[in-house]
Amino acid sequence: MNTLPLCSVTVSRRLCKIGAAFLLAAGMLHAASSQADALDNINKNGKVRIGVFMDYPPFGSIGPDMKPLGYDIDMADLIGRALKTKVELVQVTGDNRMAYLAGGKVDLLLSVGQTPERAKVIDFSNAYAPYYLAVFGGPKLLVKSNADLGGKTISVARGTLEDLSISKIAPADAVIKRFDDPNGAISAFLAGQAQLMVVGNDVGATIMAKNPTAGIEQKFQLFSSPDHVGLNKNEPRLAQQINQAIGQAKKDGTLNKISQKWLRVSLPDDL
Amino acid sequence: MNYVFDFSDLQQYAGMIVHGIAITLALTAAATLLGAVIGIGGAALQWTGGRTIRIVIASYVELIRNTPFIVQLFFVFFGLPGIGIHIGEMQAALLAMTVNLGAYAIEIVRAGIEAVARGQYQAALAIGLTPRQAFRAIVLPQALATVYPALACQVLIVMLGSAVLSQISVTDLTYVANYIQSRNFRSFEIYVVITVIYLLLSILLRRLMNVMARGLFAGRQR
Repeated sequence: MNTLPLCSVTVSRRLCKIGAAFLLAAGMLHAASSQADALDNINKNGKVRIGVFMDYPPFGSIGPDMKPLGYDIDMADLIGRALKTKVELVQVTGDNRMAYLAGGKVDLLLSVGQTPERAKVIDFSNAYAPYYLAVFGGPKLLVKSNADLGGKTISVARGTLEDLSISKIAPADAVIKRFDDPNGAISAFLAGQAQLMVVGNDVGATIMAKNPTAGIEQKFQLFSSPDHVGLNKNEPRLAQQINQAIGQAKKDGTLNKISQKWLRVSLPDDL
Repeated sequence: MNYVFDFSDLQQYAGMIVHGIAITLALTAAATLLGAVIGIGGAALQWTGGRTIRIVIASYVELIRNTPFIVQLFFVFFGLPGIGIHIGEMQAALLAMTVNLGAYAIEIVRAGIEAVARGQYQAALAIGLTPRQAFRAIVLPQALATVYPALACQVLIVMLGSAVLSQISVTDLTYVANYIQSRNFRSFEIYVVITVIYLLLSILLRRLMNVMARGLFAGRQR
């Protein structure tokens, strides 16, 4: 199974998100005063620089042909078209990306979850990608809500947000099997030792892509924290253009296509 | 050191801990009984059987004794479903423990049989016992009495080794400890408690087996 590296990236990214917010606070003090309007800069440079993860499939990774691919890469293209300019992808990590944005090394960040800590130092566009935990299971199992979990076996990685979320809502007669790490939980599910599993939609999409014959499907959503485009504060013109592009892409179905391509589910209606 | 110990939070989990102890003991007891049957049966077959049987048994013993228990466990739980054999975590645990203990027990009992003086068996045949009777009545009891401490020790090893069963979500004592630790983050407290419980279980189990030995091998202990 190839999911272990993927999962550890997910975990470390969450941790990094918190640390990076503090880093950014320091960076902002320098950047805010000297910078002209970000949209002017983009036009002057003739390109928009977008910070993306390259080690975070299916949002961003490097393909066999060494070209970047993923949800965020398609989203970056979409932004480039909306701003009528070239796109320069800048590879970022959870540690450095907030500092990159504050320091003007990138104009925009993708895959940014909205948290109160971050809202103090950056602005967010409207949500452009779903990120959530969900219950996944085989095609024959009829599970639509918490109540349907009764009598079912569910595998999770112990102590994770997945575990805590499902433990809170599952009925008493649901059997939650806890494993040491996400890999164990996923293996148990794939081996048929648990009827359902709880993972993030990113992990779920990768598992579905690798096991196309199993007919695994998403049953229902738990905790949700959709991805936004992150941009520096006090950039109303750029923010407005990005939101317009996202709104347009939602309306004409472009974003839905990207979601189906990379996450294997339609864009949620409430996004 | 500024760590403030807090055991009070563990009280609410008392029922869970008792459940974990029960699972650990139940699996150990069942695996011991089945493992002893395999051990004695396997050693007997090895003694009486032909070349093919001996090779089969020796292969089983070598395979199990030279691979890690956790790998055997994962093979049963994660591997076998791949070829369509689905067994739950409790059955998988019992199977892996039994197969593991059985292999060690065969080797231990075999050593005991070899330690019985050849003359004992020949004398039994000379007074008119059949080979089977001679083995059952003369060789085996002496062999078991000799290796009983080693068998008892192996049972303890299996019980302590059962801690890895938590890896396949068997709700044994270690699983309970890991669960509690993931909820209240009081690692030191819970693992101290669990360590003491394992220690007490080991001491009690050894005492119990010593008492059993006095009954089983009365007058034979050397």
